[in-house]
Amino acid sequence: MIAQNVAFWIVALSMAGAAVGVVRTRNVVHAALYLVVVLGGAAAQYILLAAEFVAWVQVLIYIGAVVIIFLFGIMLTRAPMQSETALDNDQRWPALVVAVFLLGVLIVLLVDAFGDQTIRLDDELLATGRTGNVGSSIFRQYVVPFEVVSMLLLAALVGAVAIARRD
Amino acid sequence: MQLNQFLILSAFLFCTGVYGILARRNAVLVLMSVELMLNAVNINLVAFSAFSNAVSGQVFALFVITVAAAEVGVGLAIVLLIYRNVHTPDLDAVDQLRG
Amino acid sequence: MLDHAWVIPLLPAVAFLGILFVGKRLPFKGAELAIGAIGVAFVLSVVASAQWIDRVESSTGEEHGLAALGHDVLVVPAGADGEEPPPTGAEEPHTAEGDEDHEAAPVDPVVHSVTWWQSGGVEFTVGTHVDGLTTMMMFVVTLISLLVFVYSTSYMRGDDRFTWFFAALSLFAASMLTLVVAENTLQFLVGWELVGLCSFLLIGHWWEERDNSAAAIKAFLTTRTGDIGLIIGIIIMFFAAGTFSITGINAYALSEGARHLLLVAGAACMFAGIVGKSGQFPLHTWLPDAMAGPTPVSALIHAATMVVAGVYLGARLYPVFYEGFSIADGGLNLMAVIGGVTIIIGALLAFVQDDIKKVLAYSTISQLGYMVMALGIGAWVAAVFHLFTHAFFKALLFLAAGSVSHSGAHHSFDMKRDMGGLRPYMPITFWTFMIGSLALAGIFPFAGFWSKDEILVTAGETGFDFFLYVGLAGAIMTAAYMTRCVYLTFFGEYRGHGQPHESDAAITVPLLVLAAFSVLAGLVNATAFGIEKFTEWVEPTVFFPTLTHADFDVGKAVISVSVAALAIGAAAYYFFRREELGALRGLTRRNAGAKAGYTFLVNKYYLDHLYTDVIVGGVRGPVAQASYWFNQRVIDGVVNGLGTTTRRAARLLYDFVDQGAVDGTYNGIARETGEAGGLLRRLQSGLVQRYAFGLFAGVAVLAVILLIVN
Repeated sequence: MIAQNVAFWIVALSMAGAAVGVVRTRNVVHAALYLVVVLGGAAAQYILLAAEFVAWVQVLIYIGAVVIIFLFGIMLTRAPMQSETALDNDQRWPALVVAVFLLGVLIVLLVDAFGDQTIRLDDELLATGRTGNVGSSIFRQYVVPFEVVSMLLLAALVGAVAIARRD
Repeated sequence: MQLNQFLILSAFLFCTGVYGILARRNAVLVLMSVELMLNAVNINLVAFSAFSNAVSGQVFALFVITVAAAEVGVGLAIVLLIYRNVHTPDLDAVDQLRG
Repeated sequence: MLDHAWVIPLLPAVAFLGILFVGKRLPFKGAELAIGAIGVAFVLSVVASAQWIDRVESSTGEEHGLAALGHDVLVVPAGADGEEPPPTGAEEPHTAEGDEDHEAAPVDPVVHSVTWWQSGGVEFTVGTHVDGLTTMMMFVVTLISLLVFVYSTSYMRGDDRFTWFFAALSLFAASMLTLVVAENTLQFLVGWELVGLCSFLLIGHWWEERDNSAAAIKAFLTTRTGDIGLIIGIIIMFFAAGTFSITGINAYALSEGARHLLLVAGAACMFAGIVGKSGQFPLHTWLPDAMAGPTPVSALIHAATMVVAGVYLGARLYPVFYEGFSIADGGLNLMAVIGGVTIIIGALLAFVQDDIKKVLAYSTISQLGYMVMALGIGAWVAAVFHLFTHAFFKALLFLAAGSVSHSGAHHSFDMKRDMGGLRPYMPITFWTFMIGSLALAGIFPFAGFWSKDEILVTAGETGFDFFLYVGLAGAIMTAAYMTRCVYLTFFGEYRGHGQPHESDAAITVPLLVLAAFSVLAGLVNATAFGIEKFTEWVEPTVFFPTLTHADFDVGKAVISVSVAALAIGAAAYYFFRREELGALRGLTRRNAGAKAGYTFLVNKYYLDHLYTDVIVGGVRGPVAQASYWFNQRVIDGVVNGLGTTTRRAARLLYDFVDQGAVDGTYNGIARETGEAGGLLRRLQSGLVQRYAFGLFAGVAVLAVILLIVN
């Protein structure tokens, strides 16, 4: 247990720092890289929670594809590489207030609701997170959402092409 | 491990994403903040799935990842289009719907 | 016919309608309808009279059919010595000394009525009440109407409104007959008002002349003034007696429980109606002016029939007047005094008239005064008998005057200017006029003598000596002014411009008929010869106070005839021997006193001046001015003030409330909405991140709330 906790804390802190970096850095590309850290950290957390399939999908999709798209987007929109202009707009401080406030509310709520609940890392958990289990769950119980999501992907693909096409 | 750890981590990420959405000028950065939020949600889902030994949480998380990917694609397409029109990725320049 | 007396008024009414609708197309322009109807009505009246006479003669003195008449008041004839009413067939003792005992067996009048409306416990009926008085009146009215109708076919020949004239005459005959047979005071009032209307229509027959229509209006309004009293009197008697029926009212008046105050009030008010309709002082002023109507109208309406409607009222409801004015007690009472005054003033005024019809009009006023005075002194039979005889000779005189004007004086009535010396040219007219004059003057044995004499005698007997002298004075004056009239018309030089000739048969035959009646009519009650048929047949025996009947007094008769003859002689002497009486000639011009008297008379005692200038002018002038001022200043001031205030209030309302508050509200709302919108517009920054901010802030707040609530 201690090992997991330590691992958790290291990963968590780096994720938090990277997240703050995403929203605070003046360099867009740096923000993308910080995002990579966050996404990787998330994958690490999944593994800690014995959700291995989700973790690898996370790495594959998010880090492997989404971030690439982001970088393409940054490139195509000629985002200023240098920090000539500030990347934050006028409502920074009110936004900070709202965010902190929301955080406070959530923490209070969570502490209040889930005070000392623990996650037991046992074989049952491992069994749950096995890929085979996840797969069978998808293709049995959640096959309809699965198909719908594939339609969604198709629509998104077509839509993205349609929107961004130069005509 | 305590459930709360994951949940508070997720809350932190989420709120950071909120801050990013509200405070960042660049459209792409906003999208990145959205990704932060989605990941926060994913962590939450998986944590609960582990907590209650239900696999549906993970399935849900998978779906969220999928949808997030699709959303990023479309979103960036839109950003590109906007960029073509206003020639800047700055969201403050897009106020044509001003009342 | 007694039971179907309603037919008699109906016939001329139907003739009226017939003439209205088809009269113009008939060969005689509607006159045949009128004459036919009234002729049949006359025959039926004769039949009814005969039936009544038969009823009286053959009455076995049945019990008073009081129950049959629907009244439960036992009538005790006044004046009896407290005795019970006589049983069947017994004689009724009279209290006055020196009277014969009359076999006055009670004969009930024939009463029929139909209820046509019922309201509030009161039954309104219409019907007939036929007794001796009724049949006598019907006889007189139908006979004289018939003669006048025939007369009019010649007199009114060529008139533009010939047909309408006969229609109005028929309506008048129907109204007068309705009045005469009326079973209750309301029906009586209907007939009364209708005859007033017909009088108005007929006086103003030639309304193109302003004076004629003015005279018609004067007649109508003056009688109307009296009618106010009549209506109030009828109402008072209704509330006193509880019924409108004549028998009921008479029974009440004679009953023990009758309230004397009500009787006085009712009698006085109804007497006002008599004063108006029958030309008594002070409402007599309309009668002379009514001569503006055609002569047949004057003969029929203003001599024989309509003007006697008042006397008929007095005779019909005599118990009310008898008890109300306490006639039984002797002494002065309102009725006798007014009657007496009327006799004198009428006779005096007849002396100064140049218009022959006006002479006759004042004579009529004077004779009506006789009748009213007779009622006032308790001489009921005398009054009614005088009504009877007067109808004949006064109608005769008027028709003869019309004949004179029509054929002798070129349609003028001015004696001084257009008549004179007509005797050789118009013998029938002259002799009939003479007969009429002698009857009017009361010379034996003409009709007027009997009736006038009876009045005088009763005046002496019942202790009203004062009125005896008044009556005698009136008789003297009557004889004198009639002599003047006869002289100016028929004797001396012809001063006119036309070709005098005798009138045609349609005119002279009625004259002859009436002359015959003027001679013979008196004999029905020739008390000197012991004939008292009129009294027997006409005087009511039920619901009637016991009156004293004076015997024929030879002494008084001789006195009255001789003073009349003296008057005639003196007047004739004056006129025929005028040249020799230089001292008297032009007296009124020379002597200031005589001139004053003459002027006073010519101006009709300044009564007309009093009425129009003083009374009416006094009202019109100051009162009207005051009313006008009040109206303009006060009332109009209030109204205008209200209007102005309302306008100002409206202005205020408009400015403050409408424009300010209401419009202000709406405009304000709109403006504020616009401005709010303007404010809200700033929320639409167009910047997505701002919207997102709002979103998340709201979420945060909601989360807190949820947290707190849960």
